[in-house]
Amino acid sequence: MRRIVSIIILIIIAVGFIFAFSKIPFGKDKINVANYYIKKGIKQTGAVNIVTSVVLNYRGFDTLGEVTVLFIAAVGLGAVLFVERKIQKNMDDKEDKTKRASLILRTGSRLLFPLILLFGAYIFVHGHLTPGGGFQGGAIIASGFLLMYLAFPKQRINKKTSGLAESLSGLIFVGIGLLGLVFSGYFLTNFLPKGIPNTLFSAGIIPIIYIAIGFKVGFELTGIIDDLLERSR
Amino acid sequence: MIFQLILIFIMIILAVAASLFKDLINAVVACAAVSLITSILFYFLQAPDVAMAEAAIGAGLTTAVFIIAIRKTERYEK
Repeated sequence: MRRIVSIIILIIIAVGFIFAFSKIPFGKDKINVANYYIKKGIKQTGAVNIVTSVVLNYRGFDTLGEVTVLFIAAVGLGAVLFVERKIQKNMDDKEDKTKRASLILRTGSRLLFPLILLFGAYIFVHGHLTPGGGFQGGAIIASGFLLMYLAFPKQRINKKTSGLAESLSGLIFVGIGLLGLVFSGYFLTNFLPKGIPNTLFSAGIIPIIYIAIGFKVGFELTGIIDDLLERSR
Repeated sequence: MIFQLILIFIMIILAVAASLFKDLINAVVACAAVSLITSILFYFLQAPDVAMAEAAIGAGLTTAVFIIAIRKTERYEK
């Protein structure tokens, strides 16, 4: 009896899928949604980079979910490592024999670090104009910090400041979404003036949110590296 | 086009090598090289933003995480 019922349910679902898929124009040039974004994206959002206009405007809520997933991963890793750090602390106190990095690595990373930070900041500030955005810029900033950790193993980032910047940028993201709810009636609406496309101060809330995401992702990934390195001493 | 095919070929070789290496550091470096070539291919496929993320995360941060893990456990596969 159960088997027959499950087979019938499966057949109904299969028929539904067949009807749904038969409507999709496979092999056509562009489907409706893509055409809509390409034609109206710049006018509606003010962002020249169509990928950014999709990620932060049409699918902004999804991006908030992505940032939350990354945050939960970082918090979970920190929690697991924090418990183990307490046990390990007594053992490690005596053998602090971290070797120094080579001269080339130290000098090179000292020269490159500000440039990498500048590049990351450029990527996420210009997220609405050029390829890239908050996630990419944040990852580049985190790789710059990783280089510093390799060159100077004894130095740490200030956990309080980085945590503060991280939570503040997360709050800015949610707060701007709520402001959109207040001003225009929808969460994460682009309520600021769009400005002239192709200029730095355009696209309303998109640059602000991308700067917040850039800081958040950068400090989160740096925090993950920091936790792991502290544990692996 | 031929250049991309060469890159894909090198990528396959590196991926196979990563699974065959007994020294895990070598395997991780091969994985990083696969990520790097993937990011170049993403750039050729008109997706520069994905290429940037792949280069920074795949070749940079993931490699670091793997190497930290290897330093804490064992370097050679038994």
